[in-house]
Amino acid sequence: MSRRAGTAALLAALLLAALFPLAVARPAWQNTAILMLMAAQLGVAWNILGGYAGQVSLGHAAFFGTGAYVSSLLSMRLGLSPWLGMLAGALVASAFAVVVGWPCFRLKGHYFAMATIAVVEIVQAVVNGWERLGGAVGLYLPLAETGFGGFVFNRSKLPYYYIALALLVLTLAVNWLVARSRTGYYLRAIKDEPDAARSLGVSLTRYKLQAIALSAALAAMGGTLYAQKELFIDPGSTLSTSLSIKMSLVAILGGVGTLFGPVIGAAVLTAVEEGSRVIFGGTGRGTDLVVYGLLIVLFAVYQPAGIMGWITGRWLGPRAERPEEEP
Amino acid sequence: MTPLLEVERLTKRFGGLTANEDVSFTVGEGEIAGLIGPNGAGKTTVFNSLAGFFAPSAGSIRFRGEEIAGLPPEAVAARGVARTFQIVRIFKGMTVLENVLVGALLRHRAVPDAVARAREALRFTGLERRAADPAGRLTVAEQKRLEVTRALATEPRLLLLDEVMAGLTAAEVQDAVEMVRRIRDRGIACVVVEHVMEGIMPIADRMLVLERGRLIADGPPRAIANDPAVIAAYLGEEYRAPGA
Repeated sequence: MSRRAGTAALLAALLLAALFPLAVARPAWQNTAILMLMAAQLGVAWNILGGYAGQVSLGHAAFFGTGAYVSSLLSMRLGLSPWLGMLAGALVASAFAVVVGWPCFRLKGHYFAMATIAVVEIVQAVVNGWERLGGAVGLYLPLAETGFGGFVFNRSKLPYYYIALALLVLTLAVNWLVARSRTGYYLRAIKDEPDAARSLGVSLTRYKLQAIALSAALAAMGGTLYAQKELFIDPGSTLSTSLSIKMSLVAILGGVGTLFGPVIGAAVLTAVEEGSRVIFGGTGRGTDLVVYGLLIVLFAVYQPAGIMGWITGRWLGPRAERPEEEP
Repeated sequence: MTPLLEVERLTKRFGGLTANEDVSFTVGEGEIAGLIGPNGAGKTTVFNSLAGFFAPSAGSIRFRGEEIAGLPPEAVAARGVARTFQIVRIFKGMTVLENVLVGALLRHRAVPDAVARAREALRFTGLERRAADPAGRLTVAEQKRLEVTRALATEPRLLLLDEVMAGLTAAEVQDAVEMVRRIRDRGIACVVVEHVMEGIMPIADRMLVLERGRLIADGPPRAIANDPAVIAAYLGEEYRAPGA
């Protein structure tokens, strides 16, 4: 696909996304669309570390939850605007990611993934027992100031749709810039052959930490959006291993290390989830995990390159922009 | 004048196994040094110590007068030492150009500058036609050449080549020999680990011979070829081979 055709397709997709809620007015459908956008944003954020750098994190809910809790607590205790809280959450999550990443990056492959599960489980256990953070009961956000300034919309879910879309576009833009930068090439080199990368002057720790800091900040922003949309957060919903797995699954399903893979993955996964909820009814808490597990097995065996890999039909996994396409 | 590389009494032990013992040699600016020896003599261990992948158990490695023993590989690379790997380690998920680009980014932080330098390196090693191809599609000979190109893109003063001629056809060996010569002509010193004698003997200024972790000879190729100790080391290996 030529550069111009790609840009045109992108603008068309953006226009369709912007017009979607005007064409589809049913709240249930709109809500599903919001969930889809939020899942896509988290998958794209996860992809910076898990896709480009190849460091599979199954603990990203720890950063998502950090964003949700930091902005909520700052707004409840200090009356800080959730918009500023979103930035604060991103910064705290970044710092936390560096602290956690430092020891975890000493582990490779599966061991790294297992360590990240431990991280999210520990954070969940700590918050569960911490009364000042709401403990296991969670936090109810006050309906103090509605409207754009207060980041709370109670009449219609529509503003959340556009905020989620904007956040997704921002996250994609960051991902796109990273992929074309020195850091982006270094991350892909680290993923393929870490020793060769080192022999070319690449510090593994430095660039992995950059990747996890950025990835965590973006995931935390998604956490703040979730908190403002639901107006209720608890450790089970924001700091769980299953949410972490979902973030990775969105990217793996769509295609790791590709820019738009997670967006496609989120669309498919959300549709499957909502479908299974309709078929099996109610809770979904058990059935969605079964669906996740089944999808992981199927994709690992038959389509490791994800849906993007199937679409492009190329064996060359990461679809980062070629340098020769540069202006 | 201090030599480019001074290795002094380099010793590397793995538990009870001594892979290198008291290895001392120097490499001058723009010199080609061949490093030969039977399998298991410790050639790759020397490389790994020089390139920062192993911290030596004892001894010193000075590069341009600075002690580099024990520095991590990325720090050694930044000081101007580049290497290739015995078993190629190209970035398979990238194109040929992107592979070289990763090397070029060491000295040129801006991607467009680094792309220009990477293309230049590809022209130098004759891989330019393959620039847009996925690296995994190259032949073995081309993959080895790509590793050399990638290392050259870091603009090193010293290049460590680990068996770049192994497994190549006679014609490909000649190409590789020509390439090493042209690299030296650019003022880059090379240490070449090689089993292919017809590849290394004609171009080496000096030959270093390792046996069982020790340096048993150091001199011009012609002298080395007639050295009884060197002949014994190789003959010894042949005599042992049938019973092994």
